[in-house]
Amino acid sequence: MSAYSVTEPSKASKWLAGLLVALYTLITLLPLVWIISTSFKTGPDSISYPPKVIFEPSLEGYVNLFTTRTRIAAEDFAALPPPETWYDRIVRDQGMVIAGQSRFGERFMNSVIIGFGSTFLSIFLGTLAAYAFSRFKVPLKDDLLFFILSTRMMPPIAVAIPIYLMYRELGLSDTHLGMILLYTAVNISLAVWLLKGFIDEIPREYEEAALIDGYTRFQAFRKVVLPQAATGIASTAIFCLIFAWNEYAFAVLLTSGNAQTAPPFIPTIIGVGGQDWPAVAAGATLFLLPVMIFTILLRKHLLRGITFGAVRK
Amino acid sequence: MTNPIEAAARATPAPIARRVRGLSDRTIAWLFVAPTIFLLLAINIFPLIWTVRLSFTNYAANRPNREVEWVGLRNYTRILTDDGIWANMQTTAHFLVWTIFLQVVIGFTLAWLINRKFRGNDLLTTLIVLPMMLSPAVVGNFWTFLYQPQIGLVNYAVELVTGIPASSFSMLGPGGLAKWSIIIVDTWMWTPFVMLICLAGLRSIPDYIYEAAEVDRASKWRQFWTITVPMVLPFLMLAVLFRGIENFKMFDMVVLLTGGGPGNETLLASIDLKREAFEKWRTGYSSAYAIILFVTVFGLASIYVKALNKVKER
Repeated sequence: MSAYSVTEPSKASKWLAGLLVALYTLITLLPLVWIISTSFKTGPDSISYPPKVIFEPSLEGYVNLFTTRTRIAAEDFAALPPPETWYDRIVRDQGMVIAGQSRFGERFMNSVIIGFGSTFLSIFLGTLAAYAFSRFKVPLKDDLLFFILSTRMMPPIAVAIPIYLMYRELGLSDTHLGMILLYTAVNISLAVWLLKGFIDEIPREYEEAALIDGYTRFQAFRKVVLPQAATGIASTAIFCLIFAWNEYAFAVLLTSGNAQTAPPFIPTIIGVGGQDWPAVAAGATLFLLPVMIFTILLRKHLLRGITFGAVRK
Repeated sequence: MTNPIEAAARATPAPIARRVRGLSDRTIAWLFVAPTIFLLLAINIFPLIWTVRLSFTNYAANRPNREVEWVGLRNYTRILTDDGIWANMQTTAHFLVWTIFLQVVIGFTLAWLINRKFRGNDLLTTLIVLPMMLSPAVVGNFWTFLYQPQIGLVNYAVELVTGIPASSFSMLGPGGLAKWSIIIVDTWMWTPFVMLICLAGLRSIPDYIYEAAEVDRASKWRQFWTITVPMVLPFLMLAVLFRGIENFKMFDMVVLLTGGGPGNETLLASIDLKREAFEKWRTGYSSAYAIILFVTVFGLASIYVKALNKVKER
């Protein structure tokens, strides 16, 4: 190393800081580790005291998550032929038989459909609006931008009442389309603000060169701006997807059977005599894991996303 | 001599020219912005106006055939003089003040430590951030498991560290701990948010300022209070604004953790609003309630943004 720098922290202070932050990381990750480990426990293991750190892993939670089970009379149970599949065996070990499929798969698919549908729509509309705000003189531009942002301040329950009534009139309640439109409306403010920031960073000269070359405005937008903004669009899309994926308030108020997403469903997973914690943990693990992976992929744009582009690093 | 292309362009009738050159910039601007504005008007503003209208009536959404009466400001006066609602506002304020206080203190400290740039700080930052990206509902629900009386991980950890027997207290039950339990979970989830923003603030301070202070022989303590804190303050205030708005609206995590209980101990305003609107079906009354909450958060946020801009200008 070169000369002594006054701004470079000393070795000891770096070491201590690293230790303290590592300690915090361990504590803060414990609940997440606990979710994942509980998903591989059996029912009795999950509620033993003191809590079990070392246990024999089991897929009971995952099997229970995807099935409904029932108890049958002891003599009938004894008379059953031996279990045919591994999941049959896991259920049989709990003293029950499989009665059918649970609704988790369906709820998960609803989350996927509504999440991707609303993300696609928010990005499509958001990119167009952001481009216009970035490049053209739109009358009342600042007011419109602030208006778009302010819609985010509304408590969901406050608009949920009339949306509930409106959707009931239009036949949109408990439909995928209704939820996609609703989440798009919530996400569009984020999409416009973030994308405007990303497009602002693309030099105008590129498009001007394309216009001189005989491109129309629209061609320049499609062939010059969009490819340049691809990273920004992708990270904005992930933020929109995560929001729609995690949303609970609208989902629990406006959906019941058909279009219900996973967040309102997972807390309702119950077993015999209370919540079936390994199954809840299994559902949570499957549901949270994609977001964890996306977060790691997004880490460079995270700050921008969570502050609506206000802080860009 | 005129350019033949120009001559041809001048001779082309306007509608065809437009088709060839594409739409005018002004038209494109409107075409691009209109769908977004339309969607927001339909799904945000129209419902909001409808809420205002409903707030002056006694409408009940579960009885659409009952005659709707105009009741003027009665819903508003009833809410503003209701002791229960003031109690909920206090519960909300307690939650808001403590979560923001803890998140600012822990978040800033973490950012300050991470800014020492020790090896592996990028990896740890990414890991620390994970909780805030997850579904508050799913995570809140799982915390009820961690908070189980007698067998929960939290009770166990408390017994391990302090020796207080795990069976002697209940984090979500009666005994006054529930309002702290929701603060703990929110702090766990959102401290990384404040941390990330503070970190951006710390990294925005150029080294030469500290070098100059060092030349002037300012102590580290003085440097911290006269350079670090004022330069990070606008960032910190922005973080507080975001957390304030979010936690004022807080619904999902707390409703799954406590449902407002035990009794009304953790009954935040938005949970109470949900009960009035979707369990008791007092639609008119709860519309007025919603408007009061919206005006409160909007008003507080506007005042705060003014203060924030003053700090930024300094």
